[in-house]
Amino acid sequence: MPGRVITVTSGKGGVGKTTLTANVGVALAMQGQRVVVIDADVGLRNLDVMLGLENRIVYDLVDVIEDQCRLRQALVRDKRLSELFLLPAAQTRDKSAVQPDNMVRICEDLREQHDFILIDSPAGIEQGFRYAVAPADEVIIVTNPEVAAVRDADRVIGLIEAEEKGPARLVINRLDPDMVRRGDMLSIADVVELLAIDLVGIVPEDKAIVIATNRGQPLAFSSDSSLAGHVFHNVARRLRGEDVPFMPLREPGVFERLIRFVRSGGE
Amino acid sequence: MGSEAITIKGIRQGLLVTLGERGWGVELRALEARLGASPSFFQGGSVALDVGARRLSRSDVEGLRSLLARHQVELWAVVSTDADTTAAAQEIGLVTDVGPAQPSEPEAASEGGEEPALEGLVVRRTLRSGQDLRHPGHIVLIGDVNPGAEVVAGGNIVVWGRVRGMVHAGALGDEGAVICALDLSPTQLRIAGHIARSPDERRHKPVPEMASVREGRVVAVPWSGSGTGAVRRR
Repeated sequence: MPGRVITVTSGKGGVGKTTLTANVGVALAMQGQRVVVIDADVGLRNLDVMLGLENRIVYDLVDVIEDQCRLRQALVRDKRLSELFLLPAAQTRDKSAVQPDNMVRICEDLREQHDFILIDSPAGIEQGFRYAVAPADEVIIVTNPEVAAVRDADRVIGLIEAEEKGPARLVINRLDPDMVRRGDMLSIADVVELLAIDLVGIVPEDKAIVIATNRGQPLAFSSDSSLAGHVFHNVARRLRGEDVPFMPLREPGVFERLIRFVRSGGE
Repeated sequence: MGSEAITIKGIRQGLLVTLGERGWGVELRALEARLGASPSFFQGGSVALDVGARRLSRSDVEGLRSLLARHQVELWAVVSTDADTTAAAQEIGLVTDVGPAQPSEPEAASEGGEEPALEGLVVRRTLRSGQDLRHPGHIVLIGDVNPGAEVVAGGNIVVWGRVRGMVHAGALGDEGAVICALDLSPTQLRIAGHIARSPDERRHKPVPEMASVREGRVVAVPWSGSGTGAVRRR
């Protein structure tokens, strides 16, 4: 079975696309899948840092496109997981170096030997977004429970529907249950009601995520000890088609119960 | 000679403007006059132009594009039965096939009529941020208007859903136009030349409402079921 190409995008910057891509990539590989993560943010690469693979890069995406190397040579194998690869972005170039066709061709090649190809899209809706979405079979929209992020997500969903890449699925990142309960933050219900697409993940705000990505050791590696790490594994399982239930998300306070439920090893 | 040979219709991707059969210069002036007469209707929109069987050069088409651009209208397609015109349009990157006519509206049965009856356009989808729907007649939308989306109609607008974006009825100048929605919490409502903001606090329970212009202001009245909000015009 050929692999699936999933693009992670958001419109707005800073909502956690790269963190999600790194962690879900790790989770999928830990679940025995053969995974490639592609950093499509040419000129502003980050995914290598979050995965702790920065010092292993020899060739990059643009080298492949310009025939400076073969695709296999540019793939960086993860130091912990033998079936996780990174195709890094070029740092010294810009987005004009990549065309949508280039991405389509590269993904066609990668599909043959990998189960999942995750593309970390740049922010925005310009060239970088367009080439990142071009090869996608599926799209994951990452948003935060904030008005501006949700507005941008809505815009991007519209563009994806127009390109017939949809239906896109949603990850709500950085949800702070306390703030939601106090009414200071949009609730999950508010976000889902407006965007009206399926949810594949709810990631709580957690300082451990930042600490882990700064160290190049994504939290998904330590899924036993951390809630957020566990959540990324659930996203991965849902992407694989497993029906991992969410708790009912209607009233405030439910998320809190969900956390307790998960901590008690229930999910 | 008909008084107005240019016809305008709403299609899925924006507006379709069909030029008449008069001389090119006459039609261009008529188009320009039409754009200038109701800027709020056209501004920010995108237009497909049907030029019939005319043979246009590349520079003619470029001229058209810049004429529209001066009115902040984007020309995205030129439709013609002439092969040279089609080729010229494709050369500068325009679309030349806008697909099968209109989604769900009757042909304009108003050739030569002084004041053609407004056509209705029925659309069933949700408009997301950055998307717009424009039509010179009435619009019925089955779906939501999300924040950042726009609906602009020459006539009335009825939304079977939530309105949270910008809605402009009577955009060609009709102050009698109304806006109805199941949940009317727009960022802005406009009717003809009047603009209203929503109250800043958000209601908890949405009720269907109808907005119209009364004594020079846009007023929204909840639908109570007892007929108090009934429209009596037309």
